[in-house]
Amino acid sequence: MGAGHGHTVHFHGHSVLHRLPAHAKLAALVAFVLIVVATPRTAVWAFGTYAVLLLLVARASRVPARYLGKRLLIEIPFVVFALLMPVVSTGPRVDIGPLSLSEPGLWAAWGLLAKGTIGVGASVLLGATTEPRDIIRALEKARLPRQLVQIAAFMFRYLEVVVGELTRMRIARESRGFRARSVRAWPALAATLGALFIRSYERGERVHLAMLSRGYAGRLPLGDDLTSSRADWVRALALPGAAAICAVVAWMGVGG
Amino acid sequence: MLDLRGVAYAYPDGHQALFGVDLHVHPGERVALLGPNGAGKTTLVLHLNGILAAGAGSVTVSGLPVRKENLLEIRRRVGVVFQDPDDQLFMPSVRDDVAFGPANLGLAPEVIEARVESALRAVGMLDFAARPPHHLSFGQRRRVAVATVLAMEPEILVLDEPSSNLDPASRRELAEILDGLDVTVLMVTHDLPYALQLCERAVILSDGRIVADGPTAAILTDAELMARHRLELPFGFDPRTVGGLTAGP
Repeated sequence: MGAGHGHTVHFHGHSVLHRLPAHAKLAALVAFVLIVVATPRTAVWAFGTYAVLLLLVARASRVPARYLGKRLLIEIPFVVFALLMPVVSTGPRVDIGPLSLSEPGLWAAWGLLAKGTIGVGASVLLGATTEPRDIIRALEKARLPRQLVQIAAFMFRYLEVVVGELTRMRIARESRGFRARSVRAWPALAATLGALFIRSYERGERVHLAMLSRGYAGRLPLGDDLTSSRADWVRALALPGAAAICAVVAWMGVGG
Repeated sequence: MLDLRGVAYAYPDGHQALFGVDLHVHPGERVALLGPNGAGKTTLVLHLNGILAAGAGSVTVSGLPVRKENLLEIRRRVGVVFQDPDDQLFMPSVRDDVAFGPANLGLAPEVIEARVESALRAVGMLDFAARPPHHLSFGQRRRVAVATVLAMEPEILVLDEPSSNLDPASRRELAEILDGLDVTVLMVTHDLPYALQLCERAVILSDGRIVADGPTAAILTDAELMARHRLELPFGFDPRTVGGLTAGP
């Protein structure tokens, strides 16, 4: 154990952003993302403004840009999808160099890329400046169904255990000369996944027994000491507030 | 304190694991529960706090029978530390996890806080309260698992293989912690030197029955009894020459 914790999103710090209560940040994130998604994609300048706002907030968080950049890579599958859109979409086409691209496809790709990147950026920023435990408590405070919050808490706790188990199984497989090279390796991989499922299921049962042994009756006591002042909310809502003004202007531009 | 009379249990698939177990543990005693794999040790442990209900016979803890209506009180009195700390520690931080049991007991927040602190201090893990459990070493997680149960202030502490997978230093540290606790202990273990070190009394469970009960040193030195129940001392370990029980020739 004690192996690198490099995959974690949280970046320890004491900036204004780190100190804001988690539920205020969560509300701000949801509001900001909704506003971004609701902005017409033809208002290109609006997305530029959102990006600048987000960059300003990121700077205030004092989380290194490299750190955030690395975690943005999670978006890559969507980027690939966005890049394919202009090629496979129908409709009037424009010629760019040797390629003939679909115009609606280009707009769709732009919309997906811009909204996706800003949304992922904002989420990564929340993750970097908020302890996972506080995010879970914020979800609970937001009155999300208790079961969903518990599932999120368990996922955070056991992801590493399950990944560790998968790694050990892979090492054990490879130690016996297994190499996943062709379709013929699939049965072994499927068996691994099956075994992992059964192990995780059984672990779930054992965890449940251990919880019952300590008197579990349906509720995780995560504490309810998330408090916030008016100033906290003003700070947290500054970003979605500025974005909202921007979105209203963009809508008027499209309408007029 | 802990009283089992004629406890028998068969799993739903028909496999019978316990055939009438009688066991009496007195307050303040430390008892080692020994036995080969598949003897029914874990099944027995699950009866002590009512996770499994005896098919026949009775289990009582300080006079309180293990029954559905008493379960919460039984689980407060009997603290079970499971073998794999990853099964036991599931909350996002060490502090939350140790607070889980006391919170289920419905204690006031100040009381919970005090319990968490004293339990973590007892296992030397107070400095790690804010850490997520998966960032701790295995030995540290085992100690926190003990703390999660201590925080419920149990009357009897039941440990399932407490020394398994620990390096020698962690194993010794845990022994020192357990030795320093003022609580009745029932310890399931294959680690016979550990049993000798910590428990003055040992019982052997074999094929779902208690087949021996006596001072740990006497049981471990009864070669014929040990061999009959697939119990073996580690290479080079002689209980007769440990801790001045009997001086060598």
